[in-house]
Amino acid sequence: MFLDLLISGLTLGGLYALVAMGLTLQCGVARIMNLSYGEFLIASAFLAYLLTSKLQINPVAALLLIVPLGFVVSWLVYRVLMLPLVRRSKAGASLDVDSILATFGLLFVLQGMMLVSFGGNYVSYSFLSFPVHIAGTQVAANRLLVFVFAVVLGGTTYLLMKNTRTGTAVRAVAAAPNFAPLVGINVLMISTLAFALGGAMVSASGVLISMFLPFSATMGVLFTMKALVIVIMGGVGNLKGCLVAGLLLGFTEATVARLVDPGLTIAANYALFLLVLLFLPNGLYGKAAR
Amino acid sequence: MKRNELAGGIFVTLLFAVILATPFAGGSSYHLSIGISLLQYAVMATAWALFSGPTRYVSLATGSFFGIGAYTVAVLGDFLPWPAVLCVALLIGLALALLVGLATLRLSGVYFVIFSFGLSEMIRQLVSWYEVNITKTSARYIFLDITQQQIYWQLAALLALVLAVGWWIGRSRLGTALRLIGEDEVVAAHVGIDTTRVKLALFAISSAFMSVTGAIMAPRWTYIDPSIAFNANISFQVLIMALFGGASRLFGPIAGVIPLVLMIEYLSTNFPNHFSILIGAIFMIIVYFIPDGILGTISARRPRASQPPLAAKAPRTGAAS
Repeated sequence: MFLDLLISGLTLGGLYALVAMGLTLQCGVARIMNLSYGEFLIASAFLAYLLTSKLQINPVAALLLIVPLGFVVSWLVYRVLMLPLVRRSKAGASLDVDSILATFGLLFVLQGMMLVSFGGNYVSYSFLSFPVHIAGTQVAANRLLVFVFAVVLGGTTYLLMKNTRTGTAVRAVAAAPNFAPLVGINVLMISTLAFALGGAMVSASGVLISMFLPFSATMGVLFTMKALVIVIMGGVGNLKGCLVAGLLLGFTEATVARLVDPGLTIAANYALFLLVLLFLPNGLYGKAAR
Repeated sequence: MKRNELAGGIFVTLLFAVILATPFAGGSSYHLSIGISLLQYAVMATAWALFSGPTRYVSLATGSFFGIGAYTVAVLGDFLPWPAVLCVALLIGLALALLVGLATLRLSGVYFVIFSFGLSEMIRQLVSWYEVNITKTSARYIFLDITQQQIYWQLAALLALVLAVGWWIGRSRLGTALRLIGEDEVVAAHVGIDTTRVKLALFAISSAFMSVTGAIMAPRWTYIDPSIAFNANISFQVLIMALFGGASRLFGPIAGVIPLVLMIEYLSTNFPNHFSILIGAIFMIIVYFIPDGILGTISARRPRASQPPLAAKAPRTGAAS
């Protein structure tokens, strides 16, 4: 029972952490509060579904195709749709409002497009759905694989941000966007890169989610909401915070779903969000949020 | 300023002359239902702009408050007299607004937006859970003796009320404080404005109007369940209308409501499948090309503009809290 909870919380949490890491890059570095984030996730999941069920491509191979695609698409979204807003606001306070509004519109456009092409029903495909026995409990093999991928992808991104020159520049832009140009950082380039990297991560999460969960065209908002809660809990732009907060949310959700009622998971998310806002408005790590 | 007030007075007189004359012009019930939609969105967009216009705190929770009003009628409609039901809807909306506001309005605007973004989804889930597990009802029926005509008149009265409140706020200390918060919250706090309390008061007033609108509209449905009542589309449409008209002016939202309600009516009957794509695209066009709304753009073109448009405001430098 306890082990069951531990494993389901860990897989859920690992995945949420990955989803939120992409958003924290987009919010914290590129300064775009992306409300259409979950739509990109569901679009990637649908793409994976098409590739696996129609073209019989292995979902892992689909991952290799979709992630670069997500990177390119998000690069373009930033350059074409977000840059005019950044220029207009001169990166001032109105960028927050404008980006929220623009991506809120984008949410409806993308969701509408997916509803037209795939309908409103839940979709899933079968991949590695046999059980694996670990220490006395059963886990579906796909969940286990998803967890491993989430750890590998999240860990790689974290290490890249920590140890490379570009990663340091990204963190510098997140910490002090006004002063980063003074040390020769091309803020526009780094912001685009961070936004695109966020897009790649959300695509990866979308493919991973399609491996073990049924999904539908209108589900994106839920993932956006969860990702936003995690980002704020972890401190905007903080990758380590994402990991911790993601796991926390995963465990809370798994516990509530198992012990109370699966119909109350959003309420559990909100309760956690409310606690954070009331007691830790700057996130778990106390870094001042914008 | 005098000229603006005169223009406002003429506008209100004309508006209400049209509203009062319409039911007697002998239109069909279809015309009446369009009139009801217009009034409904006029009230909600004006109420939305009362709070979100001057503060620039974008609220995406309109649908939650509307749904609370509608659901209150579904639960209490059979037990209480109608005015009492409206009062209860108002009080519940007020209480929820205070709760949400106390948690989020102390912090910067982004938290508020995010919280309001998922609020209707959460309330929908909570209400469904409660109905399924505690009261064992998955849907409710509303059988009330309220005609479309009566809904129309109630909404007209509510519109008059929300405009009066908006006008009064604009002239009061509260309105001045609110505009200053929108200009620069740090400065507002430094000159001694209790910014949280001002925001909270306005958010509560604005939300109460939305709840009452939901309650008045509820008898149009005979069947209601949580996913009908708590619908994100309402939040989105109110937001579009208010921004299109110009949220920083009292009559701006109404200017946006009239063309957009007609357009939404046209799009949803002719392109039901592509509705969401089209409305999203229209909204993006508004955000990119008419950020100050049509009224704001028109008055910015005039050489003697009395107020600077919002986007031209100097950006806050440094790390704003």
